[in-house]
Amino acid sequence: MKRTLSVLVENRPGVLTRVAGLFSRRGYNIDSLAVGRTENPTISRMTIVVDGDEQIIEQVCKQLNKLIDVIKLSDITDDPHVGRELMLIKVNADPAVRGEIMQIVDIFRARIVDIARNSLIIEATGDADKIDALENSLRPFGIREVVRTGKIAMLRGAKTKGMEASGDGTGD
Amino acid sequence: MDTVFGIPGGAVLPLYHELAASGIRHILTRHEQAAAHAAEGYARATGRPGVCIATSGPGATNLVTGIADAYMDSIPIVAITGQVGVAMIGHDSFQEADITGITLPITKANYLVKNIRDLAATIHEAFYVATTGRPGPVLVDIPKDITTQRAAFHYPPKLRLPGYRSRVEPHALQVAQAAAAILAAEKPLLFIGGGVITSGAHEEVRQLAEEQDIPVIMSMMGKGAFPETHPLFIGMVGMHGTVAANYAVCETDLIIGVGVRFDDRVTGKIEAFAPRAKIIHIDIDAAEIGKVVPAHIPIVADARQALQAILARLPEKKEHPAWRQKIKVWQDEHPLRYDECGLKPQYVIEELYRLTEGRAVIATDVGQHQMWAVQYYPVERPRSFLSSCGLGTMGFGVPAAMGAAIARPGETVVAITGDGSFQMNIQELATLSHYRIPVKIILLNNGYLGMVRQWQEFFFERRYAYSEMGGNPDFVKVAEAYRLPARRVTTREEVVPALEEALATDGPYLVEALIDREENVFPMVPPGGTLNKMVTGGRQ
Repeated sequence: MKRTLSVLVENRPGVLTRVAGLFSRRGYNIDSLAVGRTENPTISRMTIVVDGDEQIIEQVCKQLNKLIDVIKLSDITDDPHVGRELMLIKVNADPAVRGEIMQIVDIFRARIVDIARNSLIIEATGDADKIDALENSLRPFGIREVVRTGKIAMLRGAKTKGMEASGDGTGD
Repeated sequence: MDTVFGIPGGAVLPLYHELAASGIRHILTRHEQAAAHAAEGYARATGRPGVCIATSGPGATNLVTGIADAYMDSIPIVAITGQVGVAMIGHDSFQEADITGITLPITKANYLVKNIRDLAATIHEAFYVATTGRPGPVLVDIPKDITTQRAAFHYPPKLRLPGYRSRVEPHALQVAQAAAAILAAEKPLLFIGGGVITSGAHEEVRQLAEEQDIPVIMSMMGKGAFPETHPLFIGMVGMHGTVAANYAVCETDLIIGVGVRFDDRVTGKIEAFAPRAKIIHIDIDAAEIGKVVPAHIPIVADARQALQAILARLPEKKEHPAWRQKIKVWQDEHPLRYDECGLKPQYVIEELYRLTEGRAVIATDVGQHQMWAVQYYPVERPRSFLSSCGLGTMGFGVPAAMGAAIARPGETVVAITGDGSFQMNIQELATLSHYRIPVKIILLNNGYLGMVRQWQEFFFERRYAYSEMGGNPDFVKVAEAYRLPARRVTTREEVVPALEEALATDGPYLVEALIDREENVFPMVPPGGTLNKMVTGGRQ
């Protein structure tokens, strides 16, 4: 079972290490992890896709929530959301097959962003299924290199996974 | 916090320069690991945070075992380490180690202070995080040049911890469900752990046990959370628990787990743990709920608050005579026992118990002697039994006793150790001698890594692979070399006079008992076994 977690974290050194370290230490399987700063430069958002049964997902969420740098965590898998991934793919492209490749690129609404004598770089965004399908369609031509960002996600509609946090503002 | 433990070195020289003029007492240990354990002993004995200080590089890495130990047992300590200058970080400078990286998975939080303006707030936050919620170790790494700069000091600094939730109220619905389950249970069992001591919930545990007539079992961390001489007490549960406690777990229809984490040494084979029971699990750490065993009624809250809320919903007293009687029969049929011939470790501990009237603060090392201490030194008060329970750190006992003796002057503090563990921090005899810290060391010497030997006897065809301690020193002479009075006993008759002398002597003292070399710890549940299948003694 794959779950998509949207995690707000403090934009501090070591946060990524802490989160990644948690997964490796406790033996959880991370599918993808994408991180970048939010509209507030002191806060970053991680989109983590994690694979595991219900008990493991529950533990992952609880252990992540325990990290002091984790401000808020939401499992958005079952909420309507837009999920996107960016892929760059370098594929063999002799002049003879370029036309065919360009058709595939069109069908997937991807773009060619670089051309060399015998290869192309294609840029594509979409959900994981679409990206996988494009990759499969290009495989017969010979894939030289694939770079994928991992999924980022946002809730549909006006709802936000906001910054309201329940933590300790002040101490004594 | 009035005392810190540590060792100076290059990167903390400016810090030590000021420390010496500060009025804070500093105890110079002989190894940084001992400083960390002493800080733990201080914290375990009082509930106040313990502090240890080490220099960069090897000083900091030497703290690691103590920090890991505190992490496993949820002990609030603050470790302050020196670091090379900010500009030198990352250059593999002399005595540089990435200690925040190294301690990442064994600290509740850690910090590298790169700006003097952040220093005061970071130290404040470190103590706040270490001592609140589920306590734990926090490390603050301070580059040398930060400690030579000046900045305006504002106190108290404002804490900004939006991701930290230390206070959780018990959920009313779950409290109501817990109360209903307690009323409905016919064979309830209170299972208490370190969380009861941390939250100061021992009175509430006692009230719940007495008013609802609920027998009590404990994890090793829970020792002291309930008076062990109480008629409702049936002992420690798990691998070396009492037969009655382990049988009770197999029979109970309701476990009320308070501040426990269902460690594998407690549960044995998970699928067979408490097969008939509903489980109420009270813990301040949500991540403990459902981690090992599924909780039917989870309550994420401070143990004391949760128990008070449950008690408020249980106005009527209740009795469970049939259940109590059943347990009584198990207790009568399977008391703790040992052969009386020769010099037995159990006898030494029993006599220690008698002579100290059960009122000493006991610190143990790790191994067979630790289990005998649990079994034969029942305690009545919280924070009077200090042991490395989660990590199982040999070498913990003497430095932890040191920290406890400093934190609780005027009380009798005894370190019970074995010849293997003792030698893992034996250099601390110098610290005891230097400051005349009144720790009484009871060394149960069998010339083996005894617990290793016991496992080899039972599970590895009696091939005692490298568990015999050849080359042991004359421990009495070692103590005397450090100017500690010491005495060796080799017979039963010598035990009481030696213990009497140790207890009557001011300052530290070592009693070495040459015990039966192949005495085993019983009962024993083989690792991964079910709790009702115990080996209960006698050579096989």
